[in-house]
Amino acid sequence: MSQPSISKSMTIGESGLAVVFAATAFLCVIASAKALDAPFAFHAALSAAASVAAVFCIINRYFERPAALPPAEINGRPNYNMGPIKFSSFMAMFWGIAGFLVGLIIASQLAWPALNFDLPWIQFGRLRPLHTSAVIFAFGGNVLIATSFYVVQKSCRVRLAGDLAPWFVVIGYNFFILVAGTGYLLGVTQSKEYAEPEWYADLWLTIVWVVYLLVFLVTVIKRKEPHIFVANWFYLAFIVTIAVLHLGNNPALPVSVFGSKSYVAWGGIQDAMFQWWYGHNAVGFFLTAGFLAIMYYFIPKRADRPIYSYRLSIIHFWALIFLYIWAGPHHLHYTALPDWTQTLGMTFSIMLWMPSWGGMINGLMTLSGAWDKLRTDPVLRMLVVSVAFYGMSTFEGPMMSIKVVNSLSHYTDWTIGHVHSGALGWVGFVSFGALYCLVPWAWNRKGLYSLKLVNWHFWVATLGIVLYISAMWVSGILQGLMWRAYTSLGFLEYSFIETVEAMHPFYIIRAAGGGLFLIGSLIMAYNLWMTVRVGEAEVQMPVALQPAE
Amino acid sequence: MSFWTRHQIFEKNSIILVVGILLVIAIGGLVEITPLFYLKSTIEKVDGVRPYTPLELAGRNVYVREGCYLCHSQMIRPLRDEVERYGHFSLAAESMFDHPFQWGSKRTGPDLARVGAKYSDDWHVTHLINPRAIVPQSVMPGYPFLSQNEVDPDTIADHMRTLRTVGVPYTDEQIASAGADLKAQADPDNAGGDAFSKRYAKAVVRNFDGKTGTPTEMDALIAYLQMLGTLVDFKIYNEKANLR
Repeated sequence: MSQPSISKSMTIGESGLAVVFAATAFLCVIASAKALDAPFAFHAALSAAASVAAVFCIINRYFERPAALPPAEINGRPNYNMGPIKFSSFMAMFWGIAGFLVGLIIASQLAWPALNFDLPWIQFGRLRPLHTSAVIFAFGGNVLIATSFYVVQKSCRVRLAGDLAPWFVVIGYNFFILVAGTGYLLGVTQSKEYAEPEWYADLWLTIVWVVYLLVFLVTVIKRKEPHIFVANWFYLAFIVTIAVLHLGNNPALPVSVFGSKSYVAWGGIQDAMFQWWYGHNAVGFFLTAGFLAIMYYFIPKRADRPIYSYRLSIIHFWALIFLYIWAGPHHLHYTALPDWTQTLGMTFSIMLWMPSWGGMINGLMTLSGAWDKLRTDPVLRMLVVSVAFYGMSTFEGPMMSIKVVNSLSHYTDWTIGHVHSGALGWVGFVSFGALYCLVPWAWNRKGLYSLKLVNWHFWVATLGIVLYISAMWVSGILQGLMWRAYTSLGFLEYSFIETVEAMHPFYIIRAAGGGLFLIGSLIMAYNLWMTVRVGEAEVQMPVALQPAE
Repeated sequence: MSFWTRHQIFEKNSIILVVGILLVIAIGGLVEITPLFYLKSTIEKVDGVRPYTPLELAGRNVYVREGCYLCHSQMIRPLRDEVERYGHFSLAAESMFDHPFQWGSKRTGPDLARVGAKYSDDWHVTHLINPRAIVPQSVMPGYPFLSQNEVDPDTIADHMRTLRTVGVPYTDEQIASAGADLKAQADPDNAGGDAFSKRYAKAVVRNFDGKTGTPTEMDALIAYLQMLGTLVDFKIYNEKANLR
């Protein structure tokens, strides 16, 4: 520092945020006291406690830190901000295990209903949103935030924008998950699939998300590279579109500002269309665009090869985001939604196959000349297999969106199988691969604790996925066919309950598959933990970097 | 200048990239959603569909809270087997006052769009307390706790007022008498029964859970289930007039 005698003072961010949180704590205490229902009182109290903790942390950090904030560069090299990335990586692993475990529990409840124990808090209807939110938004969301903060810094060669803002994003997002998840157990839900959190959680998420967009965008604006790297286009599309979808699907009017219940502004058919416009694009932009960004950074990096085709990635990007948004109505085939909307949804869903496979080809062909690494590097194998699963489910999806196919598959387990081939195979494996790369990088370790354990994780989880999706294919198609079976006399052949009974063996196989997937993630958690605990530190080699043009 | 060179404007300007993304993702949603708000053919013209009674609304909120929609659809498709199994295919008009909609996406259990009046109240009470007491192969959770929870008659008017703001046509009279109506529907001996029946066409007045006293969540949920799909009289419904 040129001026060692710099006087220490609170930044505007520190003092401002401390004041805002202090005021929030005060308001939350009032809300908790005036609450109309117990869950709202609990959430208000939780928010008050969190706000007080936030004020304490901000002030504590101020007293602990040196007078000057961390510099953007040290010796001409960017001083990357790894703290929030480490936090999000840890939370991703934590929520992942929790989410897989809840998935195993609800799968078992469908096989053995006594496991509901007649208790409100742990019955299937309340645990199912907990499972979906925990794996999609808690596990997937933390992976996306962690990797996006890493990729945007590295590919722009600047320190992450903001001082407290990145911490606000990662902690605020996880607090949203906590409120949403405990809410489900207490029966607080809007009943809109994948958008179940009530109005106050939605408001909080909106604030966190806007700050996330700002941190990401300002980092991109400050970049030292003339070009914005491909992965960052996908991250931007993910962040921007999720904001639009969240605002479009969730406008709701609370019955009272001191109660958890609200009524959504949209009704009936319009609500259904808004919901699946949101629901399908939560898949398209959260579970696809965001994780494609991971593919575009981590596969080339791990394989040490350039992306196969830059032009393909341009076409892939625009075609994917343009077409995806139309696909929602295929969730509403043969419903009361007008035919023209269904037909549009089907048409665009089929077209979507092309950019999806364009992305898959771009990912797989990046391995050109490096395919031998699949034998020696189980992390790369995980990443590549995830892209193969992506290809498979993006073929299955358009096929299921064809109305005649959908008349059989809709309402059955086939949909569940399709979702999980994408969720476990694509999103799960690409996340695992990314975390296996990211943890050594963020904690400055030479490599993973054990590649052998990664290999075990890979095979145990793959076996689990195969069991899961094949059980769901069989049960789904079987049930669909049983529902429409007629006797030679023209009567429906099966009562509904006979079709439920026929599902039982497949529900057991599915639970076993989910159990294997969970075991795999426990192996992973141990491996990552040991990497951080006992891994050898990486020695930084000074490299002169030139911007790519 | 080639296409690829032109594209650099997006690669080198983050704000232009964000604006480009916003424009590209806006089109599909605008085209598919906006017309649903003004095309007159979207919702059929039907007699009989009315807003939920206070007790049915309370029951519907229980249905939402417990996540029933995760295993039960309320949307019968116009396919031969579904129409034979469940009844007339669902009309858009039948869920036009539903905030939020409950069409569902999975049938682990059967469709409930027309479950109303199919089973007795007793059947529902027993089944909700322990589904396997009636259907041994069922995988549905039991909901015995519903019988213990009372419904609050004092706050239901606030719910109806909120719903009116988002477009459900509750009258002032219906809102003013909401608490009394909630009690009246679950008590056939209640003096307010006649006035209640005038306010809500086709509403059934019964002691749904068979117990006296303040209505429970069991009363409310069964009142809701028993009205599902019963409002439109398909004997007089004009199929041709609503062909779309």
